[in-house]
Amino acid sequence: MFEPFYISFKLATITVIILFCISLPLAWYLSQTRSKIKPFIEALTALPIVLPPSVLGFYILVALSQNSPLGAFFKDTFDISLVFNFTSLVIASSFYSLPFMVQPLQSGFESLNKNMIEASYLAGKSQFETVMKVALPNIKPALLTAIIITFAHTVGEFGVVLMVGGSIPGETKVASVAIYEMVEIMDYKGAHIYSAIMLGMSFIVLLSVYTFNAKHNKKFGL
Amino acid sequence: MINIELYKKLHGAEGEMFLDLELSIKEGEFLALSGKSGSGKTTLLRILAGLEEAHGSISLNKETWLDEENTLAPQKRSIGFVFQEHALFENMTVLENLLYVAEDKSLALRLLEITELTKLQKRYPKALSGGQKQRVSLCRAIMRRPKLLLLDEPLSALDPSMRTKLQQEILTLHKEFNITTIMVSHEPSEIYKLASRVIVLDNGKIVEDGSPKEVLLKTNGSQKFSFNGELLELKKIDIIYVAIVSIGQQLVEVVLSEDEAQKLTIGQKVNISTKAFNPTLS
Repeated sequence: MFEPFYISFKLATITVIILFCISLPLAWYLSQTRSKIKPFIEALTALPIVLPPSVLGFYILVALSQNSPLGAFFKDTFDISLVFNFTSLVIASSFYSLPFMVQPLQSGFESLNKNMIEASYLAGKSQFETVMKVALPNIKPALLTAIIITFAHTVGEFGVVLMVGGSIPGETKVASVAIYEMVEIMDYKGAHIYSAIMLGMSFIVLLSVYTFNAKHNKKFGL
Repeated sequence: MINIELYKKLHGAEGEMFLDLELSIKEGEFLALSGKSGSGKTTLLRILAGLEEAHGSISLNKETWLDEENTLAPQKRSIGFVFQEHALFENMTVLENLLYVAEDKSLALRLLEITELTKLQKRYPKALSGGQKQRVSLCRAIMRRPKLLLLDEPLSALDPSMRTKLQQEILTLHKEFNITTIMVSHEPSEIYKLASRVIVLDNGKIVEDGSPKEVLLKTNGSQKFSFNGELLELKKIDIIYVAIVSIGQQLVEVVLSEDEAQKLTIGQKVNISTKAFNPTLS
């Protein structure tokens, strides 16, 4: 009965891991660069916030379908279809939730004392070591915000998931889609239970983020 | 021996200017860098550290740090740098800050002992005073056993008594480790105590270069005392004029004749000097 929740959380966990790996170098680059292409990259990464999920879902569907070069390549070489399965959900979610990981990390990095970063370079440390040992540990609230908001946003997505994944039970039927279907067949009891669980969990997650940040700020006097 | 020849266009507060200088520094020298704000002092230090780009050349003994083709990354230059405001790693304790630079615990403990910070080694930067933070920064800069130590007005944010204490520590460390040092400073007393040579920058160019005595002592000829100050007020009292002049933190009154008074305007920079008389120090 709770399989849609399991799929939602599995999807969100994998998406967070993938996006963290992609966003860390991207956010660092954006925070440090003075290049003229910075606004273009920023605009591109922010697109999923303003685009209707159906538009994003449509383009992803087009790009991954077996009629596209990418979809055809995966079909011919690995015999894998990239649409209407869990893999396609992961790919779509990674686009959809990208800004929610990049933006908090970027503003966290930008708020760091520049001299502190330079002091690390002057200590002979590479950029990688500086990010891992100096930059990241000093933006813990931003890091936590990025991870939690990305997770919550992925659990909460609906339109893109429906477009790209369909609603295959046990494969791509996530909690939000399950609620939609229950309402459609007028199973209000089920919809109530699912919705209440989503509401409660979302609140607890956000509450814990704000509590942590308040404590952290108090400790480091920010 | 460090040989420096630099050229860089700067966008200062008063429009464009050019940093354009040639400089040789002997090993073990303590060089004070002075000049108005915006004259290019900090930029010069940042170029030496590799944090900013410039045209020209920098070489230390046989190592080339900068020439027309190559710029050596800051990581590869043997530099210790202390910023104007502390730039400690907030997520690390005092000791961890030092060990991050080099895994040399005995050196770290020795430096903390010289600067009387041994008891604070487990504290985080947040729990230190301004003076303590700058002392940790100083120790951290030396952890790499650098060939060149760059100090960018490290004491400007501290109160006078803490300044004096830290000046002494800088001198101790400079002698103990025999590191060639360049320090930006505006304080004549500080420069006199620490430096063996002073350079004054103005508009990106070297305008004075000599020993602290030559550059800082403003007396010439038979003058015994000479101070630079700002004329604050001119009062006419009966037939004489009294000028109020501010010198450093103090105000003084000087009696003038009418002729002298008419040549002066309020706000002007003036030089006060006296000849034969015996001052008393008490």
